[in-house]
Amino acid sequence: MDHQTLSTVLQVSGAISRQQAFPFLTAIILVPVFAASLILAIPRDARRLIRGVALVASVAVLGISAAVIDLFRTGDGGYQMVSNHMWAPGLGISWSIGVDGISLFLVALTSLLFPLVLFGAYARQNTKSFSVWILLLEAGCLGSFLSLDLLMFFLFFEATLVPIYFLMVSWGHEGRNRAAMKFLVYTFVGSAFLLVGAIALAFMHQSQTGLLTFDIRSLVHTHVSGTEGVLLMLAFTFAFAVKAPIWPFHTWSPDTYAEAPASASIILGGVMAKLGTYGIVRFDLELFPHATILLAPLFLTLGVIGIIYGGIVAAQQRDLKRLVAFSSLSHMGFIVLGAFALTGESVSGAVVEMLNHGLYTAALFLLIAMIYSRRRTFEIARLRGLQGAAPVMAGIFTLVMLASIGVPGLNGFVGEFLILAGTFAAHRWWAVVAVLGVVISAVYMLWAYQQIFHASQPMTDPKEPLRDLTTRERLVLVPLVVLIVALGVYPKPVLDRIEPAVNQLIMHVHQVEATNALNANALSPLEGR
Amino acid sequence: MIHAAFLIPLFPLVGFLILAPFGRRIGNPIAGWIATLMVLASFVVTVLVFAGVAGEPVASRLHVENWFTWLNSGQLSIGVGIQVDPLSLTMAMFITGISTLIHCYSVGYMKLDEQFSKFFVYLNLFVFSMLMLVLGENLVITFLGWEGVGVCSYFLIAFWFTRPSAASAGKKAMIYNRVGDGGFLLALFLLIDKLHSLTFTTIFSHLSQLSPTDLTAVSLLLFVGAVGKSAQLPLFPWLADAMEGPTPVSALIHAATMVTAGVYLMCRVNPILHLVPNAGHLIAWIGVATAFIAATIGCAQTDIKKVLAYSTVSQLGYMFLAVGCGAYDAAIFLMLTHAFYKALLFLASGSVIHAMDDEQDIKNMGALRRAMPLTSATFFIGWLSIAGIPPFSGFWAKGDVLSNAWVVSPALWAVGAVTAILTAYYMGRQYLLVFLGEPRWKKAGAGSLHPHDASWQMSMPLVVLAVLASFGGLINLPFGPHLTFLESWLAPVVGSGLLHNTDSTLQLWMFGVADAVFAIGGATIALSLWRNVVNRPALEPQFLFMAWFLDASIDRFIARPSSALALFSARVVDRQVIDGAVNGVAGLFKVSAGRLRRLQTGYVRTYALVIISGLVIMVAYFMIRSGL
Repeated sequence: MDHQTLSTVLQVSGAISRQQAFPFLTAIILVPVFAASLILAIPRDARRLIRGVALVASVAVLGISAAVIDLFRTGDGGYQMVSNHMWAPGLGISWSIGVDGISLFLVALTSLLFPLVLFGAYARQNTKSFSVWILLLEAGCLGSFLSLDLLMFFLFFEATLVPIYFLMVSWGHEGRNRAAMKFLVYTFVGSAFLLVGAIALAFMHQSQTGLLTFDIRSLVHTHVSGTEGVLLMLAFTFAFAVKAPIWPFHTWSPDTYAEAPASASIILGGVMAKLGTYGIVRFDLELFPHATILLAPLFLTLGVIGIIYGGIVAAQQRDLKRLVAFSSLSHMGFIVLGAFALTGESVSGAVVEMLNHGLYTAALFLLIAMIYSRRRTFEIARLRGLQGAAPVMAGIFTLVMLASIGVPGLNGFVGEFLILAGTFAAHRWWAVVAVLGVVISAVYMLWAYQQIFHASQPMTDPKEPLRDLTTRERLVLVPLVVLIVALGVYPKPVLDRIEPAVNQLIMHVHQVEATNALNANALSPLEGR
Repeated sequence: MIHAAFLIPLFPLVGFLILAPFGRRIGNPIAGWIATLMVLASFVVTVLVFAGVAGEPVASRLHVENWFTWLNSGQLSIGVGIQVDPLSLTMAMFITGISTLIHCYSVGYMKLDEQFSKFFVYLNLFVFSMLMLVLGENLVITFLGWEGVGVCSYFLIAFWFTRPSAASAGKKAMIYNRVGDGGFLLALFLLIDKLHSLTFTTIFSHLSQLSPTDLTAVSLLLFVGAVGKSAQLPLFPWLADAMEGPTPVSALIHAATMVTAGVYLMCRVNPILHLVPNAGHLIAWIGVATAFIAATIGCAQTDIKKVLAYSTVSQLGYMFLAVGCGAYDAAIFLMLTHAFYKALLFLASGSVIHAMDDEQDIKNMGALRRAMPLTSATFFIGWLSIAGIPPFSGFWAKGDVLSNAWVVSPALWAVGAVTAILTAYYMGRQYLLVFLGEPRWKKAGAGSLHPHDASWQMSMPLVVLAVLASFGGLINLPFGPHLTFLESWLAPVVGSGLLHNTDSTLQLWMFGVADAVFAIGGATIALSLWRNVVNRPALEPQFLFMAWFLDASIDRFIARPSSALALFSARVVDRQVIDGAVNGVAGLFKVSAGRLRRLQTGYVRTYALVIISGLVIMVAYFMIRSGL
């Protein structure tokens, strides 16, 4: 027994020392930034070199995050591999990064999708600026997921807007300018509330402790209650709700997804949507437990509306990318539902669904880009009969579609199942209504599939016969397909790493709520006077 | 041998994994034979395991195998594993057995199809899913199989995807099934909430922790799932459309196996149903109503496969009648014999369709008895069996169901009896129109048609199934406990039937005679009405031909309004109300900003202004509140 404990201790300390051997997380953020600056120095005609550098950098990031997963201590619910460096001491801002079960797989997802974008959804024109923007975007996304400092999070969160804006404007489709502007303004307005909220929270913390800091590990101890809590929480959530998006703050997303180039759509749907839901889980729940519990019915309702509404409206879309946008709205509704249901199962489900949605949405957008490169259209009515000419594409599309409608054995089921099971236990009727989403998702996805792949004659242009997936295209899709199946069949390793962090978070929420209740009881006679 | 049970689902999975990537290269017919071999291997293993379990004492015939943990979350831990017991083995044995026959048949039937190997990819995946469904040790595995067979059914109905009707039928089947799945999922969530487990053995040993309301809710929610999967009222229209799939698929999935999954589920959770008799009544009534309605519809169909489809719905209704009456062994008995004779009828009609160059209208057939003697003879046996003519298997199984219904309520029995007459009648009508009378196909324009019996791959399964359909009743003869093999075998899982508390030899014979009279009566009516007549409009009213307008009503009152609602949401709510509000707010700021500062700005500067002023106000508020 003693021997066992000792060996565990040794193992853990060994893991810690290995974790500290190299600043993995800092490297994850900085490698793409360095690569981007390196590319700036390369002449724009050296396309292959530029592309090579970008790919190598993104693959290196993927390698580092694989190492991070490997070094991650499974049973530990706290932040790991933390590095702290005071940045602006007077302002209380520090370079504090770390990873826990909630952010671990979002980091992994991000570092997987970027190489795939660089490999499979590359822009042919302006390779240089494209590579630079993509790499900066990667750094921004990774920084957001890793920041333990609220202001740093905000900076990264905002920093992602610039590259995505330029990706859209430079490589997007016809309506790109209007869509990009709408996206920029809408998310920017949302972010403003987040900034105000962050500053206000830091001031409140300062007035209570005398210490000005944006470190969330300190800010969680801020005593926020009543009106302030609700206002701050709403300010934070507005930013996240726009980003995710959550109904009814979604109207930028169909236009943006539709007009963005494939690369940007993949990142927007696969990664950036999770910035919003991650923000909710990380900041709303952790910093404003009382307000979260108070407002949970509101957000549960918005989540359920999103699930149903997104599905219903998706069924009426004529544009494939818009359809995916509304289907994403529906899936984000599930994540919101899980987050605000505040049970172990539902929050774990929400976190795992962020990963899973990222995988199948990225695969869907890649497939849509592959269809577009053959047919030059996203219009569902103008695509048909592709299955006959491209059976492999049809097969992979089918698999991804089934994952997205939550068929068990594939990854989409795991998150949905946990979310609904957890929500059912805590807020039964919301879960009952949300189950309708299971039916609706089958309706719109199967309808779209039938339109695109089934039906009689494929409309082939005699000059340009329809080809099935090329080897390169298959290679791009393979990692996603493998993960979609693997995480459906055996999600345990992922959940085992998510669980402790989620449990800690939920315990924190309920503890704060209990203390609040206690204080409220103690204070009430005073207030009565 | 019991520990070899993991091989049962493994073989078809391996077949799928081999054929999915390499099937096309392996080619026709080797790919088909590999698939057949895999299922045959699975059948052999099942038989061996069956023998092993049968050798154990009755009390220790339950073996649960855990393979690995699927996930842990909160208090919930879900494993992947199988449960070997008399019920699951019975299911596995008839599934693998019939599947082997139908795989073999398909090698012949799909011979000329371009997607030959893909057909077997789906078929093997289907068998794997179906086996997981019946072998699963917890409800999540059952659900995995449940969805897996649904997906395979979708693939296979839409197999000839270039036909819009096939593509739509596949989609329709999947969506109808999903409606039921919603119920299934809610039942799982309720059980998770109350018991934190979905393992059958755990659930059944903790039923006392569930309130009566919970028990009723779980039973009915699972029944909703069963209604979708097993095509009961009101969710049966998809099964008729599912006939768009290749005929072996109709035989395997939409007659013998998948559609019986709902019945299996109900039998599996019998300890729950046992505690809520009211739910049982509802199930029995829905079952018998479905049986009756589908039988009336069957009387007016003209498509050879649609007659069989509605007869399947009707027979499934009988099975739910048995379930609702608590006679689970009778339900399984009927399921088995139905699998024999219905697979037989489908395969025989597949031979007919093959021989008739894809003609499916029975009004254009006739007199095929001489051209296709083997097909005709086997179809004839199928008819006698489903009609319940003694001593064919259907007689014993249907008799078992009806006598149990009588014990619960004579009214249930009466509806079931009328349905029995109808069954003998409409199946007789079909046999007569297809195999006897004038050869109408000669003048129907298909001049070069030479119908003939099919190759050995297709004939052999017909013969085997005809033998099973004839003598299948032997597994459960009601003459004393030493002959009710099936009932005694299943008793440790489902308990024994109701009748045995009260039965007497006299009662037994009275039921037997009554059943025989119904069957012979129905068959005689068919003979006298349809022997040489092709059209009798009075007996084929539009109301029945259109399946009581159920499909049309669902389309009119559910599908179209939903579609209109969706269109309204997309065009008006999303574009005008929500996005309009967003744009309105933006415009408002723009206008007010313009008026205030007379700025000739684009969006960005306006917004910057708005944001900064808002920011200042909010920061000020919080600074004041926090006393800075």
